[in-house]
Amino acid sequence: MDALLLHRIHFAFTITYHYLFPQLTMGLALLIVVLKTIAIRRKDERYNEAARFWAKIFAINFLIGVVTGIPMEFQFGTNWSQFSRTTGGVIGQPLAMEGVFSFFLESAFLGLFLFGEKRLSPWRHWASAFLVFVGSWISGFFIIVTNAWMQHPVAYRILPNGVYEVTSFWGLLTNPWALQQYAHNMSGAVITAAFVMCSVGAFYVLENRFSEHGKVFLRVGVIAGVIACVTQIFPTGDLHGRFMAKHQPAAVAAMEGLFSSQKGAPIVLIGQPNEERQSIDNPIVVNDVLSFLIYGTTKAEVKGLDQFPRDQWPAPLPLLFYSYHIMAGLGTYFALIMVVAAFLLWRGKLFQTRWVLWPLLLSFPLPYIANTAGWMTAEIGRQPWVVYGLIRTSEGYSKYVSSSNSLFTLLGFMGIYTVLSILFIVLVYRIIDKGPTIGEFPAVPKSVPTTVA
Amino acid sequence: MGFIWFWLVAIMLVAYVVLDGFDLGVGILHLFLARNEQQRQLMLRSIGPVWDGNEVWLLAGGGTLYFAFPLVYASAFSGFYLALMIVLWLLIMRGISVELRMHINVGVWKSFFDGLFFFSSALLAIFYGAALANVIRGVPLQEDGYFFLPLWTNWRVGSQPGILDWYTVIGGVVALVALAVHGALYLAVKTEADLQQRSRTVARRLWMLLLVLTIVSLPASMIARADTLANYRAYPIAFLVPVVVLLALLGVIQFCRRGDDRKAFACSCVYLTVMLVGAAIGLYPRLLPSTTGTRYDITIDQALSGPHTLRVGLAWWAFGMCLAFTYFVIVYRMFRGKVSLEGGGYGH
Repeated sequence: MDALLLHRIHFAFTITYHYLFPQLTMGLALLIVVLKTIAIRRKDERYNEAARFWAKIFAINFLIGVVTGIPMEFQFGTNWSQFSRTTGGVIGQPLAMEGVFSFFLESAFLGLFLFGEKRLSPWRHWASAFLVFVGSWISGFFIIVTNAWMQHPVAYRILPNGVYEVTSFWGLLTNPWALQQYAHNMSGAVITAAFVMCSVGAFYVLENRFSEHGKVFLRVGVIAGVIACVTQIFPTGDLHGRFMAKHQPAAVAAMEGLFSSQKGAPIVLIGQPNEERQSIDNPIVVNDVLSFLIYGTTKAEVKGLDQFPRDQWPAPLPLLFYSYHIMAGLGTYFALIMVVAAFLLWRGKLFQTRWVLWPLLLSFPLPYIANTAGWMTAEIGRQPWVVYGLIRTSEGYSKYVSSSNSLFTLLGFMGIYTVLSILFIVLVYRIIDKGPTIGEFPAVPKSVPTTVA
Repeated sequence: MGFIWFWLVAIMLVAYVVLDGFDLGVGILHLFLARNEQQRQLMLRSIGPVWDGNEVWLLAGGGTLYFAFPLVYASAFSGFYLALMIVLWLLIMRGISVELRMHINVGVWKSFFDGLFFFSSALLAIFYGAALANVIRGVPLQEDGYFFLPLWTNWRVGSQPGILDWYTVIGGVVALVALAVHGALYLAVKTEADLQQRSRTVARRLWMLLLVLTIVSLPASMIARADTLANYRAYPIAFLVPVVVLLALLGVIQFCRRGDDRKAFACSCVYLTVMLVGAAIGLYPRLLPSTTGTRYDITIDQALSGPHTLRVGLAWWAFGMCLAFTYFVIVYRMFRGKVSLEGGGYGH
């Protein structure tokens, strides 16, 4: 097998699996702060119980996120050594900062937040939750800064020995790509958390168990969800799309399946790109929309793939096309369902409307798929570059790590992550089945017995 | 600048070994030391609130190596590919075994994670020791600054060694025993009564072995790499290192016999620190020596990042370390004293 392809799959698999967990913890950290704020301001104990329930789910997700996150930092060196060697002076910096600042912050205050409620005043406990939220969101920021530099390199120079270095640290942190990508990504994380919270809430309400808490989950989940789903499309998705069209036009052409440049370019809602014939099979299109979305006028010309040499087309092109369409399609569905749910919540009918509760119950996997598809759009769209326009992916991987060694460790990760998934599902199922603890403090500290044998 | 960053990275790795070292030590010992469920829980509780913070030093150290010496990060991590991946898998196993054990109160579930905790901790200690020994022995660097080592070849130290050979296995065993002693001394500080007595006994018994292994490791290093002592001969003051190592070891046994556990543990910290500093002195100014001729050695100057990167790095690094230090003081203060199964203690 091709070594380059295997190294790509190796990173793609481990990062995709890893990001299933942080997207929930980052979003949930915010929602837990919301729950705790309402609990204090309204003096409503149900909100505290809800916060404690979600803290348990948070803790397990955080753990799996941490243990699967460590391999990511080391894989830059193990599988992408040529890339690390030339660009370490730039992207090593935000990665190290993630370790030094936010990770310490999270580890420190997570312990306090999870187990310190009895010993801290309500406001101090709120502060510990808030700092966990801040830590996890800063953490996400540093990772996005790293990725944004690969997408849109800024504030760098090349030293005589061919190594890249930062010329302006501030420039690196305020990379416009990073700011837009961060906004889009974090609102995506909130969508995941909102849908998961709504799903558990709908489950409790439909099942008529813990239904008072289920209603709390639905109320907070739907309101956060509707805000995040709308933000995801406008302004964050819109801004990011236009910026991308300007700086990665080949990626946008491939995402949209636009093989030839056109004035009044159409948008393809569904279809299968055919690279040989350079057209879309079975297309359903709406004319002029793409031009309008990118340039604000239906008459503008959009660059198609014919403007770019074949060796600069993102590959695999169909996967990029599908990823983007899955992301955009699901994003539209999210906004619709959340707007409907929010309307019913406002009218006071949500908790009785089964035809909305059922989709909310069943939709929780979809934001995970959408977030993954979004990242695949970003990462495949960047191809064939590892650093856009500067270093090709084929020049980045570890050439002395053979494809056989890469396959060996890929299979190892797959095996371990399968076991992790089973453990995760069992433990989360138990928490949801047991439900929120009513009227008392939680009794599941880490590494500490609930009962002494 | 190169000198500063060499030692900053070294300090972070030393902090990692000293701090996570006792977590690993507890993991290595807990199957043998704990007589019942209660003692097992006490042992886990002694590291529960701190192990993940300790592990962050590895991440922070790795990240710092990445941006300060990208060439070494790239070359070493891809060259030790298989060993590093195994270390990553072991870190995953160690993390979940500590945290998931208490979630389900079923004997088989707990025993499984106990076994996993021991297995991953012991192998991590061995791999860390072997990794350091690999760096001291050198690796078959090629002209382009890369290499690739299989896990083992013929177990001999030659120009084309494996990650495991007789010398690096000695390194692994030294680390295993040293961290077991370190963990036992930590447990003696954190526990009481029976468990404390047993921890002290284990520390004393393993101490003899550690002394022998430590003494053996010096000539072994000189065989594995003839110029190990070059820096020492150039700066004889460096010979203080083996003297301090031996004094620290003597301190361990003396204080342990007297039951002064805190001082014994402190001596063990000094022992680990000075052993690593000794290795770093032997290396300087090389970061990754070559077995294929000194012209291929990767030195600080070759691997160092650009000047602006390092200046900026120094600024936030100093600030970040102050924060990290404050965090550590707070956590360890909240968690001071003996662990018990009742409430109290940090965060329980």
